[in-house]
Amino acid sequence: MNSVLTQLQPAAPHRMQEDDEFQQADSASWGSMAGFGNLSRSGGVQGMSIPRVSDPTAFLDLHTDNMSSNPDAKIKIAHGTTTLAFRFKGGIIVAVDSRATAGSYIASGTVKKVIEINKFLLGTMAGGAADCQYWCTYLGMQCRLYELRNKERISVAAASKLLANMVYQYKGMGLSMGTMVCGWDKTGPRIFYVDDDGQRLNGDLFSVGSGSTFAYGVLDQGYKWDLTDEEAQELGRRSIIAAGHRDAYSGNTCNVYHVRQEGWEFIGNYDVNELWYEYEAKKKAAREEAVAGASAAATAASPMAVEQ
Amino acid sequence: MELNGGSVVAMIGKDCVAIASDLRLGNQQVGIASNFDKVFPVNDKLYYGLPGLATDVYTLREHLRFRVNMYRMKEEREITPKTFTHLLSSTLYEKRFGPFFIEPVVAGLTTPTPLDPNPKPYISTMDTIGCITTPKDFAVAGTAADKLYGVAEGLWEPDLEPEDLFETISQTLLNAVDRDALSGWGAVVHIITHDKVITRTLRARMD
Repeated sequence: MNSVLTQLQPAAPHRMQEDDEFQQADSASWGSMAGFGNLSRSGGVQGMSIPRVSDPTAFLDLHTDNMSSNPDAKIKIAHGTTTLAFRFKGGIIVAVDSRATAGSYIASGTVKKVIEINKFLLGTMAGGAADCQYWCTYLGMQCRLYELRNKERISVAAASKLLANMVYQYKGMGLSMGTMVCGWDKTGPRIFYVDDDGQRLNGDLFSVGSGSTFAYGVLDQGYKWDLTDEEAQELGRRSIIAAGHRDAYSGNTCNVYHVRQEGWEFIGNYDVNELWYEYEAKKKAAREEAVAGASAAATAASPMAVEQ
Repeated sequence: MELNGGSVVAMIGKDCVAIASDLRLGNQQVGIASNFDKVFPVNDKLYYGLPGLATDVYTLREHLRFRVNMYRMKEEREITPKTFTHLLSSTLYEKRFGPFFIEPVVAGLTTPTPLDPNPKPYISTMDTIGCITTPKDFAVAGTAADKLYGVAEGLWEPDLEPEDLFETISQTLLNAVDRDALSGWGAVVHIITHDKVITRTLRARMD
């Protein structure tokens, strides 16, 4: 037991030489006025190394487009997303797209933006891909340790709070993530939204990312608590297709997950383009039917017989 | 260029040329229209594409229509691709210190004359202020230009017949545009031969 725990514990913080230099430096020389100057002393940064410059935040901002204050930066970090999750009668639906862009270049169309933390917990990925992937994986590790220590599964509230507290330690240092921690615990299905500035919200319905406005548009008009499982999955899918169509930085494919009491289930991977043409064909057929129906009704209702 | 998005590609074949463009009009990341043509005819042997700022697409198109009509009336003949390229170039250079945000591509066939009995298929492209380049193979421009170079470099070969050229330019455009967030949303291809122009719209990815 003890040896397993030691194995699972994070490695002893690896102290870098420059780290010691930093400790001697005055906290004001860190540049950030928000009081992060003693992060390494308080154990906040631990194993994470920080560039040897006077203001790491400004350094990151200068060279990457991470903080969106400098979109012309040479290093483009994978970005742009549509993710959504909502609670309903049958549990939680989580649906995401799969496009990663660096600037206007589509770096990948097969990204897994749902991070399977464990059998009962899902995290979604919006913002910096690496940040979301790393911190959700790390959260998975912490959740497992919690299970081993307490012989009980962690609640969604506690898990999301672990994540929020972890990213809060790095507030203002350029982390970029908007994630939804979704799962089923003793209290039932729960969704928590956690983002890079430490915000943590509990709610029934969230959408995050550049295409979120388009997803909300479809989601809000179709959302009811009493949706059946099939209706809910279709609503999630339809919302991502709408966002994938309109938003340049979302698209390619759509992944849908369903969280129930027994844990999450992967529903499927759908090509955004194929589904879009399918929906368009259905819309066209419905329109034609409506026109045919209306003209038939008009003929019948007309006081004068209309010659066809 | 990145405000509205859009891309154009032109290719030379055997006694034919092709020019193709996407159909997207965007407002930064938001797609606005999927029927925004960027390729226009001058006559049935000469087409040009104007990828770039949408407002300048219309301004420049009307400006060129005026100048080509004046040329036609004065000369009483159709303009050749080469002359049109120079006309377009000087039109762009007139705005040297406040340019049109457009990188044009020209593609056309020259009608044989006694002075030039065997003219070659012609394509050209230029920067925003009118510096002309006349490639022997293909020309690309727009937000997906770098991606188009990659695919075209791999797919293009000399002396393609019209139908093969259609396949090559279509595959080049569709595959390049699928790697660009700001281009796509439909595509249109024109194949120009001596006796006809074939125009086809392609079923492109809509995301």
